[in-house]
Amino acid sequence: MTAITQKIVREHGLNDDEYARIKRLLNREPNLVELGIFSVMWSEHCSYKSTRVHLRKLPTKGAVVIQGPGENAGVIDIGDGDACVFKMESHNHPSFIEPYQGAATGVGGIMRDVFTMGARPVAMMNALRFGEPSHEKTRHLVSGVVSGIGGYGNCMGVPTVGGEVNFHRSYNGNILVNAMCVGLARSDKIFLSAAKGAGNPVVYIGSKTGRDGIHGATMASAEFNEDSEEKRPTVQVGDPFTEKLLLEACLELMATDAIVAIQDMGAAGLTSSSAEMADKGGAGIELDLDHVPQREANMTAYEMMLSESQERMLAVLKPGREAQAEAIFKKWELDFAVIGITTDTKRLVVKHKGKIVADMPVTSLSDEAPLYERPYQKRAPRKDAPTFDASRPVMESLVKIIASPDMCSRRWVWEQYDNSVMADTIQMPGGDAAVVRVHGTNKALAITTDVTPRYCKADPFEGAKQAVAEAWRNLTAVGATPLAVTDNLNFGNPERPETMGEIVGAIDGIGEACRALSFPVVSGNCSLYNETNGEPILPTPAIGGVGLIKDVTRVARIGFKRAGDTIVLIGDTKGHLGQSLYLREIEGREEGAPPPVDLAAEKRNGDFVRRLIEQGRVDTVHDVSDGGLLVALAEMAMPAGMGAELSLGESATIPFWFGEDQARYLLAASPEEANRIMTDAAKIGVPASILGRTGGVDLVLAPDKQIAVSRLRTAHESWFPGYMEAAPR
Amino acid sequence: MKSAVIVFPASNRDRDTAEVLEKVTGTKPYMVWHADSEMPNVDLIVIPGGFSYGDYLRCGAMAAQSHIMRDVIAKANKGVAVLGICNGFQILTESRLLPGALMRNAGLKFVSKPVPVDVEETQSMFTRRYRKKQRVVYPVAHGEGNYFADEETLDRLEGEGRVVFRYAGGENPNGSARDIAGVINEKRNVMGLMPHPECACDPLLGPPDGLGLFEGLVEALS
Repeated sequence: MTAITQKIVREHGLNDDEYARIKRLLNREPNLVELGIFSVMWSEHCSYKSTRVHLRKLPTKGAVVIQGPGENAGVIDIGDGDACVFKMESHNHPSFIEPYQGAATGVGGIMRDVFTMGARPVAMMNALRFGEPSHEKTRHLVSGVVSGIGGYGNCMGVPTVGGEVNFHRSYNGNILVNAMCVGLARSDKIFLSAAKGAGNPVVYIGSKTGRDGIHGATMASAEFNEDSEEKRPTVQVGDPFTEKLLLEACLELMATDAIVAIQDMGAAGLTSSSAEMADKGGAGIELDLDHVPQREANMTAYEMMLSESQERMLAVLKPGREAQAEAIFKKWELDFAVIGITTDTKRLVVKHKGKIVADMPVTSLSDEAPLYERPYQKRAPRKDAPTFDASRPVMESLVKIIASPDMCSRRWVWEQYDNSVMADTIQMPGGDAAVVRVHGTNKALAITTDVTPRYCKADPFEGAKQAVAEAWRNLTAVGATPLAVTDNLNFGNPERPETMGEIVGAIDGIGEACRALSFPVVSGNCSLYNETNGEPILPTPAIGGVGLIKDVTRVARIGFKRAGDTIVLIGDTKGHLGQSLYLREIEGREEGAPPPVDLAAEKRNGDFVRRLIEQGRVDTVHDVSDGGLLVALAEMAMPAGMGAELSLGESATIPFWFGEDQARYLLAASPEEANRIMTDAAKIGVPASILGRTGGVDLVLAPDKQIAVSRLRTAHESWFPGYMEAAPR
Repeated sequence: MKSAVIVFPASNRDRDTAEVLEKVTGTKPYMVWHADSEMPNVDLIVIPGGFSYGDYLRCGAMAAQSHIMRDVIAKANKGVAVLGICNGFQILTESRLLPGALMRNAGLKFVSKPVPVDVEETQSMFTRRYRKKQRVVYPVAHGEGNYFADEETLDRLEGEGRVVFRYAGGENPNGSARDIAGVINEKRNVMGLMPHPECACDPLLGPPDGLGLFEGLVEALS
């Protein structure tokens, strides 16, 4: 047996204190298999050891919450016995090393998290962050990630309906690939992972186990350096065909009552699925690895326990149901094997070739895993006022901004994703939120992902509040009632007090906004150590929001629809230029405080706009965010190529047009309806003003300030394909 | 009209297709599993979109060798109507029920978007409800839709009125020869096309331009 040296302990990402803790919990030295199991279960990725104490502060309860954080995904009630199951998860580290497979398996993993709970996945979203476009790797990474997401999701037959793509130099060495999956289930048919009871068969289903992905979770819990590309063998390889079979077979099995508990084998594979199921059920599990379906010969117990081969599930069945389950998996030509049994010992026992190769208390892997209150230091939020050149021509700046990498059309990306399959996509990518009908009903889900990392860098607390507020606003802008969120917290190394300060500030900001907006957090994921050679990413707490539309015929869209509509702005415009895209793209500076978020104003203005949509009074709505008011107007003009004439006189300055003040919406409605809206807004103190009217083919601010919408569109559509097609072949 | 939808392990527009068939015929179609060797007697067989066996090797190549395809081929030869959509079209060319082949998109990327398509031929049970040259919008979603056949075959198809759908000028999403989006066999009972009429049958999703195809089939086959 291999002696455990300090070198081996280090290679497993464990420090001396942690190793001493293992010896104390076991009352002896661990063997190599046990050390491997501890190393993945205690990794940041699996144990949340740096963030757990702070995540507890998030609001996770609410009238609609059926299942909060702690399961494979969150579950909310959407009425009529229907439930929505969703989660967002990162696959950052693998995607940087091998973009196609990293992104593809990220999609596969999050889908399994959702269908493990008994839900059919109905929509995918993803929030992607890449390095600056001029960086030598960016084009290759964009190309690989996008085709990986498409390659997996398209084969699964689940529409990918939207997401975000941003570029910033802080992601040069650490891209972010956050994938969100939304599924539908019946609220009385939700499957959980608690392996209750002793003597129940533990079954392995799906693909065979190979040597791929060993130590993926440990890799995802460390910083990168120059040698990181040597970690390519730790990236898993995806097979969407098998996953599609697994999806259909699992849903077929779930239609029976054979299952006690089920969990996908994601990070840390067989180890985490068995340990977590035993832990949640207060049971023990005994595994016999001789029965594990294996792809390669002579695999060791260590390799099998740590493999992250994809498309696998672990389930606990009721005794005697093995044959019924096996028949289903045979039909779908998937592996099925009874590999163990639940016990009442509360121990995880692993056997291989007739010998016990690991034996440990289950709680040593969960409750007794290290929990750190890491020291943190909160930077003073930026308060400086930005400077700008007031004489710059407004229309030229507009064109420059809508053609910039962060604001240009993402058509090049979303046209590689099947978004029409399942025939329920009401709002395709390009709107404020995607809208997907609940199949066979008259209601729909609205889905969005949001965060503005440059705001979070300047002020993690306000920036994170803004991410939640923007998600809430995007759902509202299509007419949905926002229900709940999933969060994907991407940060640098938590062992640095400044980074830990960002994490704590952002979690506090999310908590405050979610409480104020009754928008509980039902699932989430943390991705830390996103830094290379000591350079961390911008703090990026991505928020995935889900809302409900009761009447699918009353969905608002951003494009102008009729000439002669009056354009109404809801919300206050103070002209906040700090951290704006204008400042970055036109003045070349990232400075100032991010726009403050007044959550009471968000709620008041949003509730007002949503009611107008629900009552069928407006069908044209757009939230005002990145780029400010003029960019939002351009985005409303471009879809149908319909212009607008605005009448604002001299009051309209650069901060007015490009400031990124929050809690604002643009609406377009008939002049009579607009008047009624103005009256109603005044009655309840919602700030509202009339900006002008729709019509023509130009966007006209003043006789000397106008531009053809077709020119805007060309500028908006050109950057992405131009950039990607310049790829060296 | 009785209909059947073939279900391969990774078919993924089987449900979309079945629901449209149910809507226009009033009866649920038979869902026929790929491993079955025989299917019920029906008037229309639809091979839906998706990835059949994962589309490893070559799209539709393995599906063309499946148990159920032997019976589909036999029935097609007897004159039963067969419609192949997207992956279904690929399977029909791989089984030689239709001429030509579907190669990787010229842009080398998967393409998913609504595309305007012209109805070139109305002398078929699939398109009898359309006007000649009527422009319809159907979504496409494929990585291998680049139709190819030798010049002689293409000339013959054109000459015999067997190019049924053509991408509107300048809108060819995949580089297919002569902008061909769909073709029919000599006996005019087997048609394949890359775009998805079954996903253009609900006014909430866009113009319901695909309904005409299914309603025409009901009219012809009932």
